Amino acid sequence: MAEEKVKCAIIGSGNIGTDLMYKLLRSEKLEPTVMIGIDPNSKGLAKAKELGLLPIYNGIEGFIEHADKADIVFEATSAKAHEANAPILKELGKRAIDLTPAAVGPFMVPSVSLEMHNIEELDNVNMVTCGGQATVPIVKAISDVVDVEYAEIVASIASKSAGPGTRQNIDEFTETTAKALKDVGGAKESKAIIVLNPAEPPILMRNTIYAKISEYSQEIHNDVLESLNRMLKVVQGYVKGYHFKTDPVIKDNVVSVAVEVEGNGDFLPKYAGNLDIITSAAVRTGEVIADSLVVKGVSQ
Amino acid sequence: MKEKKIVFNDVTLRDGMHAISHQYSVEQIAQLTQLLDEAGVDIIEATHGDGLGGSSIQYGFSKESERDIITTAVKNTKQAKIGVLLLPGIGTIHHLNNAREWGASVARVATHCTEADVSEQHIKEAVKLGMDTVGFLMMSHRVEPEQLLEEAKKMESYGAGTIYVVDSAGALTMDGVKSRVSLFKEKLNTKVGFHAHNNLSLGVANSIVAIQEGADRIDASLAGMGAGAGNASLEQLVAVMNKMDIPHSIDLYKAMDAAENAMKPMMKRPVQIDSLSLTLGYTGVYSSFLFFAERAGKEYGVDPRDILTRLAEMGAVGGQEDWIIGVAQELAKEKQTLAEVK
Repeated sequence: MAEEKVKCAIIGSGNIGTDLMYKLLRSEKLEPTVMIGIDPNSKGLAKAKELGLLPIYNGIEGFIEHADKADIVFEATSAKAHEANAPILKELGKRAIDLTPAAVGPFMVPSVSLEMHNIEELDNVNMVTCGGQATVPIVKAISDVVDVEYAEIVASIASKSAGPGTRQNIDEFTETTAKALKDVGGAKESKAIIVLNPAEPPILMRNTIYAKISEYSQEIHNDVLESLNRMLKVVQGYVKGYHFKTDPVIKDNVVSVAVEVEGNGDFLPKYAGNLDIITSAAVRTGEVIADSLVVKGVSQ
Repeated sequence: MKEKKIVFNDVTLRDGMHAISHQYSVEQIAQLTQLLDEAGVDIIEATHGDGLGGSSIQYGFSKESERDIITTAVKNTKQAKIGVLLLPGIGTIHHLNNAREWGASVARVATHCTEADVSEQHIKEAVKLGMDTVGFLMMSHRVEPEQLLEEAKKMESYGAGTIYVVDSAGALTMDGVKSRVSLFKEKLNTKVGFHAHNNLSLGVANSIVAIQEGADRIDASLAGMGAGAGNASLEQLVAVMNKMDIPHSIDLYKAMDAAENAMKPMMKRPVQIDSLSLTLGYTGVYSSFLFFAERAGKEYGVDPRDILTRLAEMGAVGGQEDWIIGVAQELAKEKQTLAEVK
């Protein structure tokens, strides 16, 4: 039945896991059934229980006993945890959507990658980073028109929305994002910078994208702007608060674009657009996987 | 005065990079390193102005590669140690490992004054590499001494051997330096350092206050070569220290000669207090925003002081150079709207 929702589990009961739960509860295609954590006092697990999910307090071990309760598993823990969990999930035949920087599976930026992969063949996909979700589509929109010799992005994030995972592994953010700018965005070389800003009230997530293009003409100029506007609408299809902060500028063969991401305010405040964009992208990916599972009849 | 010698960490070839838009040539780096080494500075920091990995569209590309900058400094020093700066979020452990391999032996890991926990990975790695490891709390004026201490304690727990009060905006007055450095000395088991900017003409005075409160390390540069109105000038600070009988290892005449005969002729724009660099200190904005605000002001026809003031109101932190153009555009629009109303 097309109406039947595909069941999913969330590993991780922190900010990301909890925000994900709220988004999944709204999904027409996915149903969150289990939240897996390791801290019995976690607020996220308490919330999950309250909202009718099965809370599991002893990590992946606990989930193995209830493996039949979900077909898709979202991992919102740490890279280390996912590296350990990934083979177990594979063994259990689950489809993993990884929101950590582990990158066990290929990068998934929904506005770009869905055309690059056959989703049915992937048992594990990686959601890059929040900065990657915000900036890779822009670089791709430009590289669709003209060669991008070098892409550089600067993500400014409110301090309050950067959790301990990001803080202890900030290199993973910059390195993973830079890699995705090449692998998915199509840039030949790349660099990513992240700046945490503690201003009060907290700033919205802001990303500046610079792309050095191989050649310039008025036609390329117009095509780049058109491509950027097209991409903006595609991303807005799953992240409502994604918008240009200033008009894109092309000067000295460098395209500069500033995008701001206002969060949906599901569980996290609106300034946490950085978390919103990655959970929104993960839900979109889950929905596409769900479509493929329903077609195959797995969930019935 | 206490008998301990003040350790001089020279920043001519790092903070000074900002003042020359990161365009020192290897020949200039070699010459300045030799002169600083002969003058007796203990540590010579040589990196892009924004630290390892800083060469970028955002901050400006270096003329020379990171490898050439560091190896040139290493090759041209006899007694001084070579240091590097690393801002987590810009530079990575990968960069740090390279710098170590190229011969750098001092690592300064810098974060905004409220974000010390992003430095854990890098401080631990620097310690593991056997480097003289320093925690560098930028924009220290933005928080009260007690909060700054909390952040410093985090860096101490990661293994930093020295922790700095960094006045990136040159916005601290003497009392502000005194309260922060004295609290660090009282509550930390590490060495304590101070990094000044001269935007309010307090570079030397604040450094002296820090020394009087027990600071172990002080940053300085030839002729103050650094972002904004520059850092504490090495030769000026040493002259004052001599008069006050504060021990150090610097030869005053050699420092003077190096500043006068080598450094000043290399400057593209005099490093000085002018209306714009004074505004940095007055409003408390990151010193390396100077050139960017100046350029954006020209391009969009707005007063660069207004740009800096707006950035201060927004709470921009070090590394957010990309906000400057946005603010200039915003101010230009506001100006136009105002003109239309009139």
